[in-house]
Amino acid sequence: MVDLLLLLVVFGFSFGVGHILISRVPQILHTPLMSMTNAISGVTLLGALLLFAVPTGPWEKTLGAIAVGAAAFNVIGGFAITDRMLRLFKFKTRHKGGDEAGEAAR
Amino acid sequence: MDSGLQFLIDLAVILILFAGIWQFHTTRGAKWGNLTGAFALASAVALVLYRHPVLEPGLVVAAIVVGGIIGVAIALRANMIQIPAIVAFQHGFGGVAVSFVSYVELARVTETLPLAGRISGLLGLVLGAATFSGSLIASAKLANRIKQTPVVLPNHNLVLGSLALVALVLVVISGISGILPVHAALIVLSAVSVVLGVVFAIRIGGADMPVLISFLNATAGFAAALCGIVIQNRLLIACGATVAASGSILTHIMCKGMNRSLRNVFISASTKAEAVKGAAAPASAPAVASKSTETPASAPATAAVAPAPAKPVGDLYAEAAEAAKAAKTVVIIPGYGMALAHAQFEVVDLANRLQKRGADVKFAVHPVAGRMPGHMHVILAEAEVDPDVLFEMNQVNDQLKNTDVVFVVGASDVVNPSAISVKGTPISGMPILLAHEAKRVIVCNLDDKPGYSGVENSLYKDPKALLLLGDAKATIAELIQRLA
Repeated sequence: MVDLLLLLVVFGFSFGVGHILISRVPQILHTPLMSMTNAISGVTLLGALLLFAVPTGPWEKTLGAIAVGAAAFNVIGGFAITDRMLRLFKFKTRHKGGDEAGEAAR
Repeated sequence: MDSGLQFLIDLAVILILFAGIWQFHTTRGAKWGNLTGAFALASAVALVLYRHPVLEPGLVVAAIVVGGIIGVAIALRANMIQIPAIVAFQHGFGGVAVSFVSYVELARVTETLPLAGRISGLLGLVLGAATFSGSLIASAKLANRIKQTPVVLPNHNLVLGSLALVALVLVVISGISGILPVHAALIVLSAVSVVLGVVFAIRIGGADMPVLISFLNATAGFAAALCGIVIQNRLLIACGATVAASGSILTHIMCKGMNRSLRNVFISASTKAEAVKGAAAPASAPAVASKSTETPASAPATAAVAPAPAKPVGDLYAEAAEAAKAAKTVVIIPGYGMALAHAQFEVVDLANRLQKRGADVKFAVHPVAGRMPGHMHVILAEAEVDPDVLFEMNQVNDQLKNTDVVFVVGASDVVNPSAISVKGTPISGMPILLAHEAKRVIVCNLDDKPGYSGVENSLYKDPKALLLLGDAKATIAELIQRLA
């Protein structure tokens, strides 16, 4: 029970902090944001990997392998497409103050 | 099961992930934010592999490589119009992973799991399977592989409700008691959930897609978090919860942008579909225009010929060009119609030329323009617009009355003054871009029929409005020629 409570706290904490951070994302970045969070939701990859940490039968292995592949598709494809999208934002002028890091590194 | 050190390491990974999302508050930082997020996830994978070595490294690596290569291949070939379809497709695969992991875990250790763990595993299975099928439907609709308009079954709400009820009852029964054989229960539950996802997604279409895709984003996150509870992995729960938060916020923003409730979008879409049909029928009768009368969604991408609505079109273009040349301030309002006509390159070209002539040019993007949140921005970015000239509705609206010329390209409902002046329509109360307050409005839409809502656009009748109807790609190109 204590374990479950702890897990729920983790959920609540992440949901809350995520909420605060994401509320501040401007509209221009909503598509890349969703694309990146989509990649993050492929984090089930962790769960799929854990299936292979214990001895299982062929049936579990098959489902597990499909889960690993699907999650990897989700994660890797998600981050790749987000990266491509964000590289499309090409600024013509340097901006005043604050966030020149991204600009300089382009 | 774990030490304080492990807890701290997990916390660090989650904080790195948060740092990645935090960088999304500026457009310039977002690229690094994405890479930071990817790093956080890679670390999480490495941690899990270090703590729980896999017994079949060959199989695991092969699955990751195959999945990853396909993912990257699709990502590299996509254009920005296809993004919503691809994101939905990826959601679908996340859903598959969740339901399979939950399935195996439940079948393996169901006796030893505490009740809460079993219930969350079962809920994860349901959400994962429904997210999978719902996302594939959404993706197929967005990619135009199936009909984009809402499909409403007889007694749709009843069917949807019954399916949800059956799933819930199954979850409770198989969660509480060991009466049912595990595999049979799980397979039936998966099947019900898949059907549930289909029935849920199939009735949503057109301009409501941003709500659906945001919602699926949220369910994918929740499903992952539930999966994390059954498998007792903090990192999985934290990441899933963050995604759920993101999806929830975006769903809320999309609903607000259309002044509709979530219930209204998901449950009563049927009445709206009727309204569209009712309004479209009389409009198409007197229309003499030779252009396609199909729904804009199926409009061909190619710009075949110049538009030909018989009237003194040349005069209209000359007038529009004069107005554009004289304008000191210009606001361009793009809608999804622009993307369908592949006119974003011409529109950005027009913007650049007007800017060179000394005009102050801004793009004003409505929150629900496009097929997912922020979609219009990335479509314009693909056409190499300067991100600094992209503005949100609220940043531009109070300036529109001092604007010389507003271009409306492929947008209707989001500039329809009836949303303010007429009560009782589907768009009444919806926040709009106040194009009608500008001194001159040049409308470059395919036709003068109502938008997705089915409400006649009173802007078209405004004496300030100049209608250049037809394929926007050809229309804008013609306009550009006359500017020279």
